[in-house]
Amino acid sequence: MKRTPLFEEHQKLGARMIPFGGWEMPVWYTSIVDEHVSVRNQAGLFDLSHMGRLRVTGPRTLDFLQYLVTSDLVELPVGGCKYGLFCAEDGGILDDVLIYKGFDYGFVVVNAANLEGDLAWMRRWAGRFDVTIEDQSPTLAMIAAQGPNALGVVQALASKMDLLSMKYYTFVEGEIDKVKAIVSRTGYTGEDGFELYVDASKARKLWNTLLLTGRSKGMVPAGLGARDTLRLEAAMALYGHEITRATNPLEAGLAWAVSFDKGDFLGREALARAKEEGISRRLVGLEVEKRVPRQGYAVSKEAKTVGEVTSGTQSPLTKKNIAMAYVAAGQEAIGNALAVQVRTETVGAVVVKLPFYKRAREKTKRIS
Amino acid sequence: MDLPKDLKYAKTHEWVRINGKTATLGITAFAVEQLRDLVYLDLPKIGATVKQGEPFGEIESVKAVSDLVAPMSGIVTKVNAELADHLDHLNSDPYGNGWMLEVALGDPQEAVGLLDAAAYEKHAAAEHH
Repeated sequence: MKRTPLFEEHQKLGARMIPFGGWEMPVWYTSIVDEHVSVRNQAGLFDLSHMGRLRVTGPRTLDFLQYLVTSDLVELPVGGCKYGLFCAEDGGILDDVLIYKGFDYGFVVVNAANLEGDLAWMRRWAGRFDVTIEDQSPTLAMIAAQGPNALGVVQALASKMDLLSMKYYTFVEGEIDKVKAIVSRTGYTGEDGFELYVDASKARKLWNTLLLTGRSKGMVPAGLGARDTLRLEAAMALYGHEITRATNPLEAGLAWAVSFDKGDFLGREALARAKEEGISRRLVGLEVEKRVPRQGYAVSKEAKTVGEVTSGTQSPLTKKNIAMAYVAAGQEAIGNALAVQVRTETVGAVVVKLPFYKRAREKTKRIS
Repeated sequence: MDLPKDLKYAKTHEWVRINGKTATLGITAFAVEQLRDLVYLDLPKIGATVKQGEPFGEIESVKAVSDLVAPMSGIVTKVNAELADHLDHLNSDPYGNGWMLEVALGDPQEAVGLLDAAAYEKHAAAEHH
């Protein structure tokens, strides 16, 4: 199993390690709930070095990425980040990715478990656009500082940068704690925060400096367990759950990340057809009585199966049992009463609006 | 680990306090520690039959559902009905307030296959690695 440059730091912090996408990663340090609440109210620090990070270069980099991702990157300014999907020709989702538009390069962040497949997919089309793809995953570390106090913590180590004025989904190249870094105002928690990319050899020092600096602001190390409950409350899709090779972006509620106006891209034809024909199932939010819903649990209406849970947990914030689930078209109305089969028990559920959690805007402005 | 010496332990992390032909049982502090973030507990009703090595209930954390496995066979005579609403008792007092069931034992000899505190401690430490 692969280990990130921060593996020993996780051990020192007493983390519980689990296998995830071929990596040995911290699932929690103290408790998923405590770490979750810290990120919502103060800040958390995540090691995301297992994620795939690819640098694309060549004069036609933009054309290449436009052809591979579903979203439109043309209007995206240099220094902007954009979410998108890699789809196969049949419209099935290969991965969800974050694209960084550099002055003369593109930077693509992909899911750990999909890195090999994504690389092969990208290389298959690279020749047509004469681009070079460099897998920087082993040489770059990725650390995320998330939560209302993340801004203050990262800013304290970035005297030459004005992070407060950075817009959400933008990035800059600068220095954090005197180390060269890409700093993006992005995340996967539903909170304000930053994702930092630094040379792998500098990762341990930066991780420890961030934790030390963040201590007075309530920043704690946070594991993949909290990352999962945070993204679920924020209703962000996770590959292997809401999105898979067998789902398309339209049914996953990701039509906003598909641009039919931008010209040709992989999967366009199939997705246009799917849009025209209408989609047969929808991703919805559920609140479930009594039991915690989990991936794979059947969703029913009047004893007839109409769908399946893709992710579920007990919200650490509200203590409600929440899930995202696919349901047959026609069952997606807010307030629709459904049932979920939890092991041997059938429990009531109701369709609710997504996301389950949305941060208050003024929360992002807290700097000290 | 601070394991009571008067209890017997199953490799599946349940404890049992044998008192003649009845026994009280629950899960160990190690199990609670490993599960973390407990959110749900499902116990059988009085009169239910439990069988050594087979599930008698479910315990759930934020992350996963786990079976509770009976350390010995018997018929349930008492259930700690309060526990499901006070899962913190499992953290604060797993061998006392955190008890789950009292069982009329079918075969007290089944205890032979269980571990004593020292052997369980070794087993748990090996699993924790």
